[in-house]
Amino acid sequence: MGEVILTMKGIDKSFPGVHALDHVDLEVRKGEVHALMGENGAGKSTLMKVLTGIYKKDEGTITYEGKDVEFTSPKEAQEAGVMIVHQELNMLSHLTVAQNIFIGREKMSGKLINDASMNKAAKELFAKLNIEIDPTEQMGNLTVGKQQMCEIAKAISHESKVLVFDEPTAALTESEIEELFKIIRDLREKQLGIVYISHRMDEIKMITDRVTVMRDGGYVGTLDTETSTKEDIINMMVGRVIYEEPKTKSNVPADAPVVLEVKNLNAGKMVKDVSFQLHKGEILGFSGLMGAGRTETARAIFGADPIDSGEIIIGGKTVHIKSPADAVANGIGYLSEDRKRFGIAVEKTVAENSTMASLNHFMKGIFIDKKKEAQVAEKYVEQLKTKTPSVEQLVVNLSGGNQQKVVIAKWLVRDCEILIFDEPTRGIDVGAKSEIYQLMNELVKMGKSIIMISSEMTEILRMSDRVIVMCEGRKTGEMAIEEVSQEAIMHCATKREG
Amino acid sequence: MEKNVKKGNAFTNNPIVKMIGTQKIVVLGVIILLAAFFSVLSPAFRQYSTVVSIFDYSYYVSLMAVGVTFALITGGVDLSIGTGTIAAGLVGGYVVGHYDLPVAVGMLVCIAFGLFLGIFNAVTVAILGLPPFIATLGSMMVARGLGSIMAGASSITWPQAGTPNGWFRSIFKINVGGKMIPIGFLIVIAVVIIMSIVLNKTRPGRYIIAIGSNKEATRLSGINVVKWHSLAYLISGFFTGLAAIAYAATFQAVVPGTGAGLELDAIAGAIIGGTSMTGGAGTVGGTLLGVFVMSLLKTGLPFIGLQANWQQIITGIVLLIAVFVDILKNAKK
Repeated sequence: MGEVILTMKGIDKSFPGVHALDHVDLEVRKGEVHALMGENGAGKSTLMKVLTGIYKKDEGTITYEGKDVEFTSPKEAQEAGVMIVHQELNMLSHLTVAQNIFIGREKMSGKLINDASMNKAAKELFAKLNIEIDPTEQMGNLTVGKQQMCEIAKAISHESKVLVFDEPTAALTESEIEELFKIIRDLREKQLGIVYISHRMDEIKMITDRVTVMRDGGYVGTLDTETSTKEDIINMMVGRVIYEEPKTKSNVPADAPVVLEVKNLNAGKMVKDVSFQLHKGEILGFSGLMGAGRTETARAIFGADPIDSGEIIIGGKTVHIKSPADAVANGIGYLSEDRKRFGIAVEKTVAENSTMASLNHFMKGIFIDKKKEAQVAEKYVEQLKTKTPSVEQLVVNLSGGNQQKVVIAKWLVRDCEILIFDEPTRGIDVGAKSEIYQLMNELVKMGKSIIMISSEMTEILRMSDRVIVMCEGRKTGEMAIEEVSQEAIMHCATKREG
Repeated sequence: MEKNVKKGNAFTNNPIVKMIGTQKIVVLGVIILLAAFFSVLSPAFRQYSTVVSIFDYSYYVSLMAVGVTFALITGGVDLSIGTGTIAAGLVGGYVVGHYDLPVAVGMLVCIAFGLFLGIFNAVTVAILGLPPFIATLGSMMVARGLGSIMAGASSITWPQAGTPNGWFRSIFKINVGGKMIPIGFLIVIAVVIIMSIVLNKTRPGRYIIAIGSNKEATRLSGINVVKWHSLAYLISGFFTGLAAIAYAATFQAVVPGTGAGLELDAIAGAIIGGTSMTGGAGTVGGTLLGVFVMSLLKTGLPFIGLQANWQQIITGIVLLIAVFVDILKNAKK
């Protein structure tokens, strides 16, 4: 680590009704990867928005390269060398890679844009970063990982000295993450100051030098990554010990009936000959790397994608599921990994979302029985301990964990017996996570059966009664929780077939 | 090509096909097929005069379509170009006839009217943020009423060929020994080349594509999106003015209250030529080819006994097919 390049001191920011940042400090040195951690809503993004001039701070000082600065726009910050690589990529999918990198500062010959010289410059840039991408390719044709590399290249081409990565690995595959880390380490060598925002504890240990933790808009402290443990960091984030031990014993009685059986399921390229059984009151964990075909399996069972061949047996009867409506009619509820896109209508109220899948039970003639709707919604708000001022609140105003509870309520109102949780705690903060876990445990006690797809090893180990592992569309492992180990799962998850 | 990039088939990977664009080649094929189809079914179609009328019809639609391509590429649309063309033609012709002014003044008035319409749309869409479909549906009605009011609600006749002020008619068609030569085609080609360069090789064009691709990302790149979004509608308005001149030069009279539906010919042309309804993609050259498909249909259908009402039905269906193909293309990505 070199000298200090960026110091944010006593940063304070309020929005009407919310004290978003309460005298927060952050110090970044040259040649350091500095993790910024905290639960969702802790104020990490707000702090970064203050840094890059999207928000104006109320109090505090920002010192960059020895001078006090206050950027008034991302562009100004960019020109000074401070840039964010966004979580949601800012790409123009119809333009080429080179055109994206140089957008807003095109290389010109007279009045005309000189694409050839932009392609050449992009190529040199990629060579410098050891990235292999064709500058003339359309951005939209690249994988998410490659698109992110382009964003990084763009930042480097701005002569950035401080780079902020906002959850960069959220959408990447394992090999892409490795490639990304290589580049980040390379940038550290080149003496850039890097701020790394992530929820993934294992990444923090792997790539960062120091960790600054925020909680509820306040500064908690800064640690050296090497000398601190996971528990230290989590304790700082939540203010309490919540790290739980993995499950050691299945809670499912040996004679529990099979509620769902899938036989030789084939669907598209990502589901090949998958068979398994789900018992009543069981949490069946689906583990595997990104792109293993777990979500695709779930979508096929739920009727969201067409099935090519195979059999689905529910309660002893073979069923033909051709659409989500068929699946719901057979008592299957699906909680999507992408809640905002597929799980919930964010601009609707808690009550409206709760009854969405079973509206025909809430009709009075041709009108919706608003009173009954509100009553039922309230019942589930209470039962699931959803934090909302009222059932008339718009879902968009709830936190991620509480949105997830509204989705669960939707399927409970529908009386679903089989619930598929696809990455149930993605994007949910640590506190709300344990509440969701508790809820899942209660659901199985009530006799519901759960398929849980999760990419987090700790989640799989902690929640599952049995674990199925997939790799490249095939089931490569099935084990009872008593015989599960991280090593065994990883072994199956990488068991590729010719 | 890299391995992480999707591969095409032998046809789409052919260097010539790649340079021109798959869609344009397909459209070119459609044009040839249509021409062959009409020629076989109707001997009367196989005449020189048919070619002239195909070109006649194509001029003002091409100009409208080139302009609206820019609005479409931003992810919007401009529905006011049809009634706008007629209104500009009415006002321009009225000024020439009523005040006895040179026809050049009338032509400038056409362009000014088109630009006025473009500014109007730019304010409502790019500055006030109204949905383009509704905003330009509104200005479409405004243009229709305004043209009739300003021109006094009667048909307007621009100076005829042969009169001193009638020279403007030979911009698009000259009479050589009794034979009409459709030279307007050269003008249209020149316009298409210029606007292709503007779209693909200049900053304004690049930013218009960028806005259609991802407006927020464009804004965050430090680009003044309001300015360039506005420009797209100004270009559309400007070309509405040019289309009015072409219309006046081609037809005997400009009739108030008409023009609704012309915009669909132009928009259909652009979409057939590969411009995406969702923005971000499109070429001016493709638009011209698309207009020729429409032009062939308009001119050819009467020869096989399908009159005006059938033409409208077919125009509607062709538009729907073109949009559907566009959706399929996007779904593939």
